Amino acid sequence: MIGIVDYGSGNIQAIANIYKRLNIECKIINNPAELESAYKLILPGVGAFDECMKQLLESGLKDKLDELVLIKKTPILGICIGMHIMADSSEEGNLKGLGWIKGKVKKFDISRIQSKPYLPHMGWNNISDNNNHKIFDKVDKEQGFYFVHSYYYDCDEEKNVLSTCHYGINFASSIYDHHIFGMQFHPEKSHSNGIQLLENFAKLELC
Amino acid sequence: MLRSRIIPCLLVHNKGLVKTVNFKDPKYVGDPINAVKIFNEKEVDELMVLDIDASKENRGPDFNLIKNLAVECRMPFCYGGGVSTVEQAKKIISLGAEKVALSSAIIENPMLCKEIGEAVGVQSVVVVLDVRRKMLGGYDLYTMNGKKKSKRKLKEFVIELNKIGVGEIIVNSIDNDGKMLGYDIELAEIIRDLCDTPITILGGAGNLEHIKSLIAKFKVIGAAAGSLFVFKGKYKAVLINYPNREEKTSLY
Repeated sequence: MIGIVDYGSGNIQAIANIYKRLNIECKIINNPAELESAYKLILPGVGAFDECMKQLLESGLKDKLDELVLIKKTPILGICIGMHIMADSSEEGNLKGLGWIKGKVKKFDISRIQSKPYLPHMGWNNISDNNNHKIFDKVDKEQGFYFVHSYYYDCDEEKNVLSTCHYGINFASSIYDHHIFGMQFHPEKSHSNGIQLLENFAKLELC
Repeated sequence: MLRSRIIPCLLVHNKGLVKTVNFKDPKYVGDPINAVKIFNEKEVDELMVLDIDASKENRGPDFNLIKNLAVECRMPFCYGGGVSTVEQAKKIISLGAEKVALSSAIIENPMLCKEIGEAVGVQSVVVVLDVRRKMLGGYDLYTMNGKKKSKRKLKEFVIELNKIGVGEIIVNSIDNDGKMLGYDIELAEIIRDLCDTPITILGGAGNLEHIKSLIAKFKVIGAAAGSLFVFKGKYKAVLINYPNREEKTSLY
């Protein structure tokens, strides 16, 4: 079963609905014991960095997530702020992130954006995937995904960048480290592309 | 490249979907949930649903309806109508809407934007401005579904909103509503100049050329429409429609 981590943030119902339609078993989970029974995890998130981190800490799920992701290597997919909190820190807040994939979350420099509107980067944008990763199988990269954010994940190491997108600069539209994935865009709100990506994640076999 | 957003805007009145002309004469066009299902199949960029009774009837948002709509939506969903507190906004986001649209309440108390932004994230706060052209030039701002003229000056208010910080400003032309004769480009220019955030123009779109010329002028913009996406043909038969991928590509 795929576990959707419910720590009080993010559009969990939309993700659950997609898996239900795909006939893939999934469960919304809000306690550490149940997290163990998931073979893959989804970490959603909306709002601000500190607010999300605070909710995750208060939920009592953080230690179990660290254990499952870092020791047991349970595959996990972070979405939007759920991706941001995988970083070491963020310019948006003062709290420490989970530190799963080395990097810092930074605000877009609006002087690089040529014309209005500046921020947030909101709407549909195409992505480039140079790694040909299986998670993007049958995904139409030109069609791309729905984004809404003013901050982006700046990976310390380029090898963690899974795909890029352009908004003033080229930034990481998704990141990865073996079994850990982070998506800046919202697959749960990106029609067939998003559904395909969530299905790919569910079916992904990692050695 | 970030693309412009083409957004159907649906109006809820007496639990059904309606389409108005100049904010009057609501014509029934169908069931909200059914419409969302069709717009899912058509892969719309975003969807906006506005309850046009709530503020007028001095009641809060219909959470049951919002929940049912949000569960269906496979695209970003913006809900507006009767939202006047931080708690209501939080609840709407928790029910699965991406954005919450505010109008009358924000015009009364703009700082509410800031409070809601802190609670749900600024990117989820959308302000809808209903405006009407003045006889001798310029525009007036209206609340209560076009019933009440606000004392606020449109330009000053947009500058104020930009300073406070909002996720998006939607400008809705009461004069052009339901007319299908094209957007008020002059109005769009005024708003674009005065703020940095994403803006969406609503009111007047009657064909895809109208959307195309709006995008040609502003490059990245939200182009919203009601009548265009619920009526077909010169007799305005109710038929939910939306450009397909090829048609859309030709608009950018």
